[in-house]
Amino acid sequence: MEGIVGYGAYIPRNRITVEEIAKVWGADAPSFKKGLMLDEKSVPSPDQDTITLSVEASKNALKRSQIDPAEIGAVYIGSESHPYAVKPSGTVLAEALGATPEVHNADFEFACKAGTEGMFVAQSLVKAGEIKYGLAVGADTSQGAPGDALEYSTAAGAAAFVFGKENLVARTLETYSFMTDTPDFWRREYQYYPQHAGRFTGHPSYFRHIKGAAQGIMEKAGMKPQDFAYVIFHQPNGKFPFRVGKMLGFEKSQIEPGWLVKTLGNTYSGSSPLGLTSTLDISKPGDKILMVSYGSGAGSDAFIFEVTDRIDEIRDLAPRTRDILDKNKNYISYGVYAKFRKKIRKAE
Amino acid sequence: MSLPSRYWREIPQRYRLEAYKCQNCGAVHFPPRLVCSKCQSRKMEKIRLSGRGQIVSFTIIRVPPHQFEDQAPYAVGLAELEEGIKLTAQIVDCPFEELKTGMKVKVEFRKVFQQGESGILCYGYKFVPE
Repeated sequence: MEGIVGYGAYIPRNRITVEEIAKVWGADAPSFKKGLMLDEKSVPSPDQDTITLSVEASKNALKRSQIDPAEIGAVYIGSESHPYAVKPSGTVLAEALGATPEVHNADFEFACKAGTEGMFVAQSLVKAGEIKYGLAVGADTSQGAPGDALEYSTAAGAAAFVFGKENLVARTLETYSFMTDTPDFWRREYQYYPQHAGRFTGHPSYFRHIKGAAQGIMEKAGMKPQDFAYVIFHQPNGKFPFRVGKMLGFEKSQIEPGWLVKTLGNTYSGSSPLGLTSTLDISKPGDKILMVSYGSGAGSDAFIFEVTDRIDEIRDLAPRTRDILDKNKNYISYGVYAKFRKKIRKAE
Repeated sequence: MSLPSRYWREIPQRYRLEAYKCQNCGAVHFPPRLVCSKCQSRKMEKIRLSGRGQIVSFTIIRVPPHQFEDQAPYAVGLAELEEGIKLTAQIVDCPFEELKTGMKVKVEFRKVFQQGESGILCYGYKFVPE
């Protein structure tokens, strides 16, 4: 049976608070914090991008997998912030890990669900017997337009998963995808910042697709919310995952271990994958975990995992996600943030 | 690292710290060399350095080469790795007042510089506090 052999996370240490951003735009910080259920977000340093975050998360995944990187048959990065317009991100990752040259590579893009797309394809290739191990990463250094509501949440982080058939830490019990054409968020070619359709990103978009995928996979697997120890939903803000959880019949306690958004922000393609890493960090053998991503445009991928005994052996071979998130933070001002994110126009 | 071809040649060292270990006397060479400088043996084994070590010396660069102008001021350090190799790299994620010799560091994968707004992105290793 196929599933996850190892997993790893990486989050940059810089943080900017909602207060610091609100101060610049004359916005009311308490109402944003309450409305978004969000206090601060991670910010990449100028020398960090989707590729570097992917490499560090993957190194942590390899520590937990304890495999030879040369045996990895596929390397996939899902992101909406690939550093090059033309040239793959995954080649750098594969080379940095020592997985080249006998390896398949593709970069995925689907707003915030590109990470789980890579996971779906990597685990499917393993299931089909085409490859021994497949590495899938969800990573982003997402950008919100200055002053836009998105600026309070767009963050950076990466989560990596090695899929295989032996020495599993979590078996994949079921997968399911739910997708329609729904233009709720987009960025056209040559545009720097994305645009979104305001409240339209809610019910016809996030809620419809997450509910569709969650209900579809539970029906396929013959399971109900009470059968799961934990559930992870995509986290564009703090409120949405709890609201969709309630609609589906999940308790707050099932969501909380993977709910990182309050002090992390929305890491886009890294969002639900990072939630899965922090949930695996605290899970017990036998726990069943439901994970549902969401990507604007729009669609959701759903997975059901069952944790194995191996979790106790490997969880501390790499840093736990909550520790990476809570320790060693560096708070920056809006000025430094603007410089780091190249929002300041300089002379040629 | 000015041309894609030169950057490409150095990828094994810059991305994954690939070194050569002499199979005769055990000396580690980074960057790799075909003949051991200690015993002149040509029997070499490819290894990957751990990337963990201690800072031996460091400095703050305030007047940088032009590719690094946006990054100044920044710290550059010399670290002795577990394998005995001395490696030079930027030290990041560390306030200048916390820099000291003997501090433990590990390498992280970072963007070292980019060739203007349209050239290639050059990645490699930098030190971060352990």
